[in-house]
Amino acid sequence: MKHLLTTEGLPAEELLSILDRADEFAEVLRRPIPKVPALRGKTIATMFFEPSTRTKMSFERAAKALSADTMSFTSSTSSLSKGESLKDTVLTVEAMGADLMVIRHTATGAPWRVAEWCSVPVVNAGDGAHQHPTQALLDVLTARQHFGRIAGLRIAVVGDIRHSRVARSGVFAFDTLGADVTLVGPPTLLPVNRDGWPASVSHSLDDVIPEVDVVYLLRVQTERGGASVFPSLAEYVSRYGMTRRRFERLKPDTVVMHPGPMNRGIEIANDVADDHRSLVLTQVANGVAVRMSVLFGLLGAGPGDGRDG
Amino acid sequence: MGEPLLLQGGMVMTPGGPAAADVLIRDGFIVGVGNDFDATDLRIVDCSGAWVGPGFVDLHVHFREPGQEWKEDIATGSVAAAAGGFTAVVAMPNTDPPIDSGHLARYVADRGAEAGSVHVMPAGCITMGRQGEKLAHLDELWDAGVRIFSDDGDTVADAGVLRRAMDYLAERGAVIAQHAVDPGLARGGHMHEGQVSSRLGILGIPAEAEEVIIARDLALTRLTGARYHVQHLTTAAGAAMVAKAKDSGLPVTAEVTPHHLAFDHRNVEETDPDYKMMPPLRDVADVEALREALRTGVIDAVATDHAPHAAVEKDVPFEHAPFGVTGLGSAAAAVNTFVELDAETLFQRMSVIPARIAGLPDHGRWLADGLPANLVVFDPTRRTIVGAGPSKSANSPFIGRELRGHVRATVSAGRLVFGGDG
Repeated sequence: MKHLLTTEGLPAEELLSILDRADEFAEVLRRPIPKVPALRGKTIATMFFEPSTRTKMSFERAAKALSADTMSFTSSTSSLSKGESLKDTVLTVEAMGADLMVIRHTATGAPWRVAEWCSVPVVNAGDGAHQHPTQALLDVLTARQHFGRIAGLRIAVVGDIRHSRVARSGVFAFDTLGADVTLVGPPTLLPVNRDGWPASVSHSLDDVIPEVDVVYLLRVQTERGGASVFPSLAEYVSRYGMTRRRFERLKPDTVVMHPGPMNRGIEIANDVADDHRSLVLTQVANGVAVRMSVLFGLLGAGPGDGRDG
Repeated sequence: MGEPLLLQGGMVMTPGGPAAADVLIRDGFIVGVGNDFDATDLRIVDCSGAWVGPGFVDLHVHFREPGQEWKEDIATGSVAAAAGGFTAVVAMPNTDPPIDSGHLARYVADRGAEAGSVHVMPAGCITMGRQGEKLAHLDELWDAGVRIFSDDGDTVADAGVLRRAMDYLAERGAVIAQHAVDPGLARGGHMHEGQVSSRLGILGIPAEAEEVIIARDLALTRLTGARYHVQHLTTAAGAAMVAKAKDSGLPVTAEVTPHHLAFDHRNVEETDPDYKMMPPLRDVADVEALREALRTGVIDAVATDHAPHAAVEKDVPFEHAPFGVTGLGSAAAAVNTFVELDAETLFQRMSVIPARIAGLPDHGRWLADGLPANLVVFDPTRRTIVGAGPSKSANSPFIGRELRGHVRATVSAGRLVFGGDG
């Protein structure tokens, strides 16, 4: 694997090898000194052409736990405000000696273009509403740790699937490993065309919650101002919010996941977010382990992997 | 006027049909179509294996002048047109400033004449500044030679405004040409709405964005009696509506671009901005319907929508790239490759009918003694790889592809303006 750009078409063996190695790195992260010299001397650039805090911090934490050096910028502080193009920016950073680039961008396909322009490995940290493969990997890892398997799990992905790169990447990763995915949301938040989506569809959360093992809640993009995609937040909560009442109708071993940042009181009730059956913080912790695994897989495949060094 | 020319050994498109003949050109005119010319002191153009017909006429180009000369200008666009076998083009008015007044239209026409490659006919705006509100200086534009009016790049969204323009121009026989994309349905969209856009997470533009505008405009055509022309038609449903309107006797015409005949939305999967244009590449079934509509004449004309953008503008992620692709150089070969028309139909769709729509009496006429010499030599069998060509920009999805058909020479106003070297 030269880059990690998408989960679509990523073979099960690749996924499993990233997950297995992530389990090992999760163990590293629990050590008194949670750091290995696996990528010492390597430089990883995190380049966020769209604001993000948590994903960027997670990648930087992962890089540092592997002893890599990091360089970073975000669009608000970058030369983009001086009119420099994406192409010139990434070529500049490559010329400074970056060995790998982590790219987040508002436009679909931007990491693919960067991979064309540059010769170093590229990790897609989210492109438009398209893909966010490390998020999918950490979600799969979290579910696998909890249930001991992915095959046969029933997963409801709830909310704004149409505009969600988390959903697009998650659906393919869960499907490849044998889970059964249902997309739940109002018609205006589901993909217009679902040909080729390995998932079924429901417009009723109440119908699906008694049957599922995982309820994966997507963030309501309130910053879109609703953009008239649903009538009001109150109506959204009444039909698609994980309220306490709905939470109590779940099977006793069903868990709730969320990619963050959460809108407490909208897609997820405040006390549900803090319940022990909410895996939100486990997802965050696993994000570091998964990104270590991805970075190591792309940069550290030399002789002697040094993971225990 | 140029040196005397003898186009030798081709199949000549005459009023009586295709005929093996030579064409003698002198002082800007065709002075003979026959077989027994004395070749002494004539510049010979070898036309063996080629069709010799009226020069192609493009109802839809963007030459970017005035205002965006880094993309193209009237001189370079004219040379690119000549290289594609065109002898006349209609330059869309979405320049900076837009062509909404007489002096601006005259400027475009004058620059075209100065460039001296092909005839450049300015199109004029329907509304001032293409803002969709107040009527442009329609009388001035008409007096400056404008016959096709369009706010191309934008749709005239307000039906009341469009109706007034139609009322004002109907009697004169001006053509109201519409960029038919409903702005509400298209808002935020970058490609065809369908399976590919849904997978890519890119907001789509549904086929219905075109249908609703055509349906509305056909009603206005019935109301006003104005000549109505659908620019860059892309949908099966749109073609069906045009067919029905023609059957009912409405004065309606339509054009299609070579890229909409060749590609569909699956070509956008790699998010290459050279496949980004408005309206977008549609579904496979639409492409099939467009090809059929061009064969049968429901679609009257091929128009390139040649829309140059500098490399720096297209070397960005798909959603950040401007709409539009170039295509003058490859148009005839693309049509010949993807639709396979016989010689007569090809010249109908690329020359005779578009010249009639634009009101260009010196173009699009079957070759005969005494006519102005605007013609093309097109070899329909030679395969060539499409190159960048003389345009300032090279944002074409055809570049690098092998097409069947090759423009061997272009004669404009009696002068060899392209090719002729073999």
